[in-house]
Amino acid sequence: MNSVGEACTDMKREYDQCFNRWFAEKFLKGDSSGDPCTDLFKRYQQCVQKEIPIEGLEFMGHGKEKPENSS
Amino acid sequence: MVKYFLGQSVLRSSWDQVFAAFWQRYPNPYSKHVLTEDIVHREVTPDQKLLSRRLLTKTNRMPRWAERLFPANVAHSVYVLEDSIVDPQNQTMTTFTWNINHARLMVVEERCVYCVNSDNSGWTEIRREAWVSSSLFGVSRAVQEFGLARFKSNVTKTMKGFEYILAKLQGEFLGEAPSKTLVETAKEAKEKAKETALAATEKAKDLASKAATKKQQQQQQFV
Repeated sequence: MNSVGEACTDMKREYDQCFNRWFAEKFLKGDSSGDPCTDLFKRYQQCVQKEIPIEGLEFMGHGKEKPENSS
Repeated sequence: MVKYFLGQSVLRSSWDQVFAAFWQRYPNPYSKHVLTEDIVHREVTPDQKLLSRRLLTKTNRMPRWAERLFPANVAHSVYVLEDSIVDPQNQTMTTFTWNINHARLMVVEERCVYCVNSDNSGWTEIRREAWVSSSLFGVSRAVQEFGLARFKSNVTKTMKGFEYILAKLQGEFLGEAPSKTLVETAKEAKEKAKETALAATEKAKDLASKAATKKQQQQQQFV
């Protein structure tokens, strides 16, 4: 699947691979030992946060902020 | 006015398989309308829950009539946010999904709860609720209210116009000032007719008695 920022797609795929392994083998089994994907996540986030047209929306709620290309 | 949807689905897979699949479902043959997928926030809470925010961009497919009515919306894809909480200890997952643009046209919100199926612990059930709303509903109500208010104002003008022209026409007919109403002139006409009739009756009476006296005088002469 592509990232919203074309340049971030590879970083996203690398992170996803790491996350999916940790999620199924560790997290779901109740293993709280460290997250091995933090570096990959950081790299991916640094790239993608610039590309996303949204800011400061409340978690699990709909925010009042409007993205740039809203209509 | 909000349209509400409630549904339940079952996946014949265990909860942990479903939760893992949740993160790997794009792309699939049924997701051609999903253009991009990104995790934009993720954290593990102190009580071992996974919070995530996923940003999706989707195509904005509208029927032809909607494209004609809302041309500005056609060019823009839809940005959708999906917030989720995975609770492996309780074997549940909750998601909340909504569109963050095109919101003035329509907002769709969906809340899902994934949990172990009550009949079969090897299956997973999804309880899905959605709310579809549009601020256009408020616009159509405003248009109706405005239409009714303008109509009422026009009715007042119609009646005033009628009264004006009627008074004017009556004034021309009776040679009087156009300020009198039909009712007033009718009353006056009635009174006048009464007087004339009375006078005519008196005159007739008078004439009759005069004629009778003359006849008597004539008869006396020939005897």
